[in-house]
Amino acid sequence: MAKQLLHATVLPFGLLLIWELLTRSRLINPQILPAPSQVVLRWIDYAKPLAPYREAHLGPVAWLFSGELPLDLFATSYRVVVGFLIGAGLALPLGLLMGASDAVYKLCNSLVQILRPIPPIAYIPLAILWFGLGNPPAFFLIALGVFFPVLMNTISGVRHVDSIYLRAARNLGAGGATLFLRVILPAALPQILTGLRVGIGVGFICVIVAEMIAVNSGLGFRILEAREFFWSDKIIAGMLTIGLLGLGIDTAMNRLNNHLLRWHRGLESK
Amino acid sequence: MEACHPAAAGAYEELPRVQIAGVGKSFRSGAAELVALKEIDLEIGSGEFICILGPSGCGKSTLLNAVAGFSLPTSGRILANGREVSSPGPDRGMVFQEYALFPWMTVAGNVAFGLELKKLPKRQIAERVDALLEKLGLNEFRDRFPKDLSGGMKQRVAIARVLALDSPIMLMDEPFGALDALTRRTLQDELLRIWVEFKKTVLFVTHSIQESIYLADRVVVMTYRPGSVKRIVPVPIPHPRDINSPQFVALQKELTQMVMEEQERFQKDELGSAACD
Repeated sequence: MAKQLLHATVLPFGLLLIWELLTRSRLINPQILPAPSQVVLRWIDYAKPLAPYREAHLGPVAWLFSGELPLDLFATSYRVVVGFLIGAGLALPLGLLMGASDAVYKLCNSLVQILRPIPPIAYIPLAILWFGLGNPPAFFLIALGVFFPVLMNTISGVRHVDSIYLRAARNLGAGGATLFLRVILPAALPQILTGLRVGIGVGFICVIVAEMIAVNSGLGFRILEAREFFWSDKIIAGMLTIGLLGLGIDTAMNRLNNHLLRWHRGLESK
Repeated sequence: MEACHPAAAGAYEELPRVQIAGVGKSFRSGAAELVALKEIDLEIGSGEFICILGPSGCGKSTLLNAVAGFSLPTSGRILANGREVSSPGPDRGMVFQEYALFPWMTVAGNVAFGLELKKLPKRQIAERVDALLEKLGLNEFRDRFPKDLSGGMKQRVAIARVLALDSPIMLMDEPFGALDALTRRTLQDELLRIWVEFKKTVLFVTHSIQESIYLADRVVVMTYRPGSVKRIVPVPIPHPRDINSPQFVALQKELTQMVMEEQERFQKDELGSAACD
């Protein structure tokens, strides 16, 4: 166990050490690549409350989270969640409908195929034109990024339900809505969840881009702002925060996945 | 040896449970037409155990699917429980070779599913499920998911699921084909007990000659392409049957010869089509 831990950490820590030494010895300009220790100090600075604690604050918890980083973290997470709910909320019903009905599939498929390859980023000019600045264009871009992965996976999940389940269900007397809700939907669930997971990943990319362009808060905005001031240590601290938030979102999705698919053959219960 | 025994069907007084009359089935692929079944006539009495035996490609599963209502015949007609078969239904419960359990439902959930579809009261469902799980030795597995069960256990669940329907007819499509020999024998014995206790009419597809003699009242031997009834062989041996008894062995020899004739035609066909490729 200890040996494994050593194996896993020796390379990253070694690199950090070399990096630290290189910048301290001025072989690398710290303006270009600040030392890890400097990044950590800046990170703490970024995270801690702006003003010392006073009675005027709404309480110690509110004060603790009154720093720049917690507010950025909240703003970014909020946008991802709202955008994800809009995108998935539209894609799921449409995907289920397109998967279940050939008529709806034929009606919508050509349009979907035309729109799908356009990267959400390409919608930025339109998003600003339509929604101005602030949260709305960000929601739009994120929802768009979430929409297609969820849609495509839901359609394919429903359309490729193993026919043996359908045969068994019809033999047992299922049909219509019952067949859809109790057999087709759970059978398609693994792929629907894959779509949701990919979707939130794309949505997370979109939120950072949107914040760099259309909003003036959030993690994406912050690292671009730091560049204006040549604060490379803050840029890296912001990037690390983005990475950790992404990891957190993915871990949460993974947990949900494992819980909902505890019956699934590929997953071992841990 | 002469296929013997006074018509076993005569022992059953009621109307036949399943009546297959002049049934044919052909599939079209492009310009070619494949005749899978041709002029099949078969009457199955209530409570009878029928095995359909034949080499792969003889259409035995096609016939079973037609009785189940999954794929209707292109000519002739099938009556089950006195009604013409037009769609799948819970009066003809089916056990599949691939188990076909719903992996997202627990063992108890799978068994209860058909009853829930019938909208029975919850308490009645619970009682029925409990009784069936007990009967098939599945009680301690009731909250497991199918992925955690062995093949034999899965097939027990599939049988319990069909028994729950309380359907007079039980269709079985090579249900024990994927099991090891010992599990297979255990399940065969269990099936025979269930057959007697629940008074089921069983239509059982297999390609194992020994299995068909071990289980059936009558064995229906099918020809290879187009699938038709080659012979109907009654099995006059009382249960429990000893696979080493002279009577069993003699019957096995007779049936093997019949099936081998069809198997040879099948192999010739396979080689022929391989040469064409």
